[in-house]
Amino acid sequence: MSAMTTGVRAPGTHPDLPPPPTEVGLRGWLYHNLFSSWPNSILTIASGALLVWILAHILPWLFFDAYWSGNERSDCPAAGEREGACWVYIKVWFKQLMYGRYPLEELWRINSAYILLVGALIPLIIPALSDRLFATPATWRRTVGGVMVAALVLSALLGTPTWFPAIFFWAAVGLFVGYGFLLVVGYPAMAVLLFLVDLPVHPHVDTQSTGWALFLAVLLALEGVLAFAHRIWPRFSYKAALGVMLLVVFPPLCVYLFSGGALGLETVETPLWGGLFLTLVIALSGIVASLPLGVLLALGRRSNMPVVKSVCVVFIELWRGVPLITVLFMASVMFPLFMPEGVNFDKLLRALLGVMFFASAYMAEVVRGGLQAIPKGQYEAADALGLSYWKSMGLVILPQALKIVIPGVVNTFIGLFKDTTLVLIIGLFDFLGMAQAVSTNPDWLGFYVEGYIFVAFGFFLFCFGMSRYSLYLERKLETGHRR
Amino acid sequence: MSEQSAVNDLNKPSVKMEITDEVMIQIIAMHKWFGQFHVLKDISLTVNKGERIVVCGPSGSGKSTMIRCINRLEEHQQGQIIVDGTELIGDLKHIEAIRRDVGMVFQHFNLFPHLTVLDNLTLAPIWVRKTPRHIAEETAMKLLERVKIPEQARKFPGQLSGGQQQRVAIARSLCMNPKIMLFDEPTSALDPEMIKEVLDVMVELAEEGMTMLVVTHEMGFAKTVANRVIFMDFGEIIEQNEPEEFFNNPQHERTQLFLSQILAH
Repeated sequence: MSAMTTGVRAPGTHPDLPPPPTEVGLRGWLYHNLFSSWPNSILTIASGALLVWILAHILPWLFFDAYWSGNERSDCPAAGEREGACWVYIKVWFKQLMYGRYPLEELWRINSAYILLVGALIPLIIPALSDRLFATPATWRRTVGGVMVAALVLSALLGTPTWFPAIFFWAAVGLFVGYGFLLVVGYPAMAVLLFLVDLPVHPHVDTQSTGWALFLAVLLALEGVLAFAHRIWPRFSYKAALGVMLLVVFPPLCVYLFSGGALGLETVETPLWGGLFLTLVIALSGIVASLPLGVLLALGRRSNMPVVKSVCVVFIELWRGVPLITVLFMASVMFPLFMPEGVNFDKLLRALLGVMFFASAYMAEVVRGGLQAIPKGQYEAADALGLSYWKSMGLVILPQALKIVIPGVVNTFIGLFKDTTLVLIIGLFDFLGMAQAVSTNPDWLGFYVEGYIFVAFGFFLFCFGMSRYSLYLERKLETGHRR
Repeated sequence: MSEQSAVNDLNKPSVKMEITDEVMIQIIAMHKWFGQFHVLKDISLTVNKGERIVVCGPSGSGKSTMIRCINRLEEHQQGQIIVDGTELIGDLKHIEAIRRDVGMVFQHFNLFPHLTVLDNLTLAPIWVRKTPRHIAEETAMKLLERVKIPEQARKFPGQLSGGQQQRVAIARSLCMNPKIMLFDEPTSALDPEMIKEVLDVMVELAEEGMTMLVVTHEMGFAKTVANRVIFMDFGEIIEQNEPEEFFNNPQHERTQLFLSQILAH
């Protein structure tokens, strides 16, 4: 060793030093990502300046100088003179943007369907939450009891008829005490009885609150039935029951609720449906129908049976090969020409069918990609164990394939959600269509920008929400089976 | 070489179990084509209950294809295959009946990655034989103990080593209580240390009297356990004989060439 080694420590005695400041923490991140070289630093400063300039012009218009308060036209200056966004415009037209031209007294029907959907969907799509809420019969009962107490409070706030709290009290007691019989038979019977008793006393029952009351009573009866089923049959899966209810009971229930026409509900024709409500109806129908249909089409396309395969190929290529706008146009204008005289097929229904078939064709190809990605060995192992075609698909292949194509599937869903705006072509006013229609109101000319910004924001919320959920789902399903 | 170490460790006398006269597999004048390519030519083979048969030969000789025809993973175009009295024809019912009684172990394991080891084992009994879940799980745990990895029951296949995965694959086939076990190069994808653990399981299986048809290059295994060794080349069965005769007195020159290549250093 020589003079070169002066200052070098003996082996094994080097202390643990902290890393240099430019390597860690915020300073390190800034240094490496934004200012790592001269060209990069210049770019950072330039784009930063651009960003600040843009925000300095947009933010005041959107928020700081905007007109938030008030409910009338006079609360905003004339369109040409306004210095900020007039959000009063949105406040005034909010119900139309949300529900279209649906009668205002009947909005409870749509809102109750929303509540049912969210209430049933949340436990299903957030497994951690559902496990906590429905783990054992005891937590089960507490959850449902809690819901009922909340409903009781809600009903008090809504000012519902006098017999209303009685049902809830009865049901809550029954639930906490755990007598299934009381739930299944007792309180629906109580509800009907009290309703009948009350009706002669209060003959002009306000539709809105009665509607709410009936809806909530039915809801609780349903939960009671599920709780009872769990009691008598311990292996009863609450989640499966919710899933079945959502897929089987919910759609016809919605058709009835929204269009009315029987059992005291006033008829609301489909041309009156509009706004975000209509967008959700079309998008959800398309989404829910396209996945199972798409899976079947993909399986059919990969089949060895020539007829099945040809039918699937033709279906997919036909519906994929034309623009959605053409499909809607055909469905709306051309289809009635082929129908015999007098047969009237609802326009919205025609549009829904068109959207469903269109989306299924896209979904079929996405799923087929996933099926192709599964190694042949998986199919062979399932076959060698004696699993039939449908069992091997359902238990072995599809769980793996669908998990792989989650990004593609959610992408298709998001695209479909936004494609629903095309129904404007056939005279249906969805979220975007309503914003456009509302902007033609003579009192509010010139405020269309706020309308479009609001609609864009609404779409972004839904689409980004779907996107985040898909990432969450991918993370959740990844656990355990990295190949 | 891997086979030598395997042979040294298989310090058991040759396992000669009782072979009954009951015929398990009968292949009569079977031909198979892949398009124009004649991959299997006039294959005739009889396998009795309790026999252990090792099929060897160079790559591309059709050995894997032949055993895959037995459980209809490949279709034969001419000739007959009769498994345990049921003829293998296009009829789905026949095919599914045969697949229930014939277990198969693959070169690349083919475990289901989205299910735990226990679920991998209980899937077929529950859904094909309609066994109640608790009984299926009991059987599965017993079989996992038999292949010496009961502690892995709740893990996923991706968390196991190759040798453990193959043993799980063997246990999975055994859960269905098969009458015949087919092995398609079970140790070809494994490291030398893991080959032994899998071969041990296969030797135990042979000792218990399972009818086995094994495609492999592990000649030590053939010498210890097989009743018959079959040599295939270019889609034909060239020679079949008892192991001692086969290895010490190969009749055909192609067999001699193959043995010299595979047993030489």
